[in-house]
Amino acid sequence: METVLGLFNFWAVVVLMMAGFYIVIAHENLIKKVVGLNVFQVAVFVFFISMSKVDGGTAPILGEQFSVYGNPLPHVLILTAIVVGIATTALGLAMIVRIRDSFDTIEDDELFALEEADG
Amino acid sequence: MNRHSILRVVSKIFIPFIMLFALYVQFHGDFGPGGGFQAGVIFAAAFVLYALIYGVEKARKVLPATATRIMLIVGVLLFAGTGFVGIFLGGNYLDYSALASTVTGGQHLGIFIVELGVGITVAATMVTVFFVFSGQDF
Amino acid sequence: MGVVAFAIIRVRDLFAAVMLSGIFSLLAAVLYVDLGAVDVAFTEAAVGVGIATLLFVAAISLTTGKEKAPKKSRAMPLFVVIVTGMILLWGTLDMPHYGDPNAPANKHVVPRYLEQSGKEIGLPNVVTSVLASYRGYDTLGETFVIFTAGLDALVLLGRGRNRWRPGMRSNPKDEEREEEV
Repeated sequence: METVLGLFNFWAVVVLMMAGFYIVIAHENLIKKVVGLNVFQVAVFVFFISMSKVDGGTAPILGEQFSVYGNPLPHVLILTAIVVGIATTALGLAMIVRIRDSFDTIEDDELFALEEADG
Repeated sequence: MNRHSILRVVSKIFIPFIMLFALYVQFHGDFGPGGGFQAGVIFAAAFVLYALIYGVEKARKVLPATATRIMLIVGVLLFAGTGFVGIFLGGNYLDYSALASTVTGGQHLGIFIVELGVGITVAATMVTVFFVFSGQDF
Repeated sequence: MGVVAFAIIRVRDLFAAVMLSGIFSLLAAVLYVDLGAVDVAFTEAAVGVGIATLLFVAAISLTTGKEKAPKKSRAMPLFVVIVTGMILLWGTLDMPHYGDPNAPANKHVVPRYLEQSGKEIGLPNVVTSVLASYRGYDTLGETFVIFTAGLDALVLLGRGRNRWRPGMRSNPKDEEREEEV
């Protein structure tokens, strides 16, 4: 029982992560794939943040009345990761718009078919 | 969106406060939650709101393309330049302790400048990307 | 969050999928506050919910709002996902328990940050101290990543005055241009 409670956060993360993974590999639409990547990404963030939680700890902002704090290092990593994530999302979407301009489709299998036809 | 008078009036009232909040988040980030990333995004959100309500052409007049390009570069240079100033004053790269007479004073000043650089870069990037996506980036 | 994630898989309207992903981010932000990561929650709420959703909507308005019906079977991806999930679940069995103060992640360099940063940096927010000072190189590199992403978006989609964009079908000027070339 203790194992179940102690590892529950990781199991929840795995389920979310696999949902995102499934969207990425099973869907043909490129925008949907980027949404799936975002879901996957958020699952990884939750994984890191849940590791930084310490029992009875508060947010890592120093104050005289507190002595136990959460772990600030994962917070910093995820802070930068979120902003890098939005940068990659913006880049991916820009590429998708550009692909649509050139090929008139954003479905992965149709792009493959076009490529085959071109030889 | 010219007919939505409620949206126009409400956003006109709100945009200054959004910007003020962004500045608060930027400069209070040392003491509470917040910092350059969040402030940059909120600041960009103010411009995006303006562009959504009043049209992208008008927003581009307020904030021309050259201005965002320059902001983009200034932000990065501010961060990297702070590191070089540290070298010239006798420390290591990105070592802020040399910036002021006391160690904590130097660290404080360094973090302040660096966060400002991050905030400017993030705000400029978000505004640029939004305008590019709305197809009005000349 | 799980419910929202599965709704994203099922829904075929891209606009709905994007809105659901915004809700997903917002729930994540609430979770971060609960876990004590206020800075991260702030960023997620501003970036994930606001700007990301906005960019997705802009991209949809430039492309298409509907996903096409799947043509091939989805058994194979499902199988891969289940196997990977099982392996990951097996891997979690060795992980330290939730909230454990003695977990390796909470031991290595972190106590020093928490004890010394107040004296060395003089700022109460440890996240800011670590972000900008102890790990300044990380943040510098990361700022450059954002800068590069902004430049890339400009290169890919920017429409300069004399910019000829090959293969762009929606622009009738292209035909004249190609003749000139």
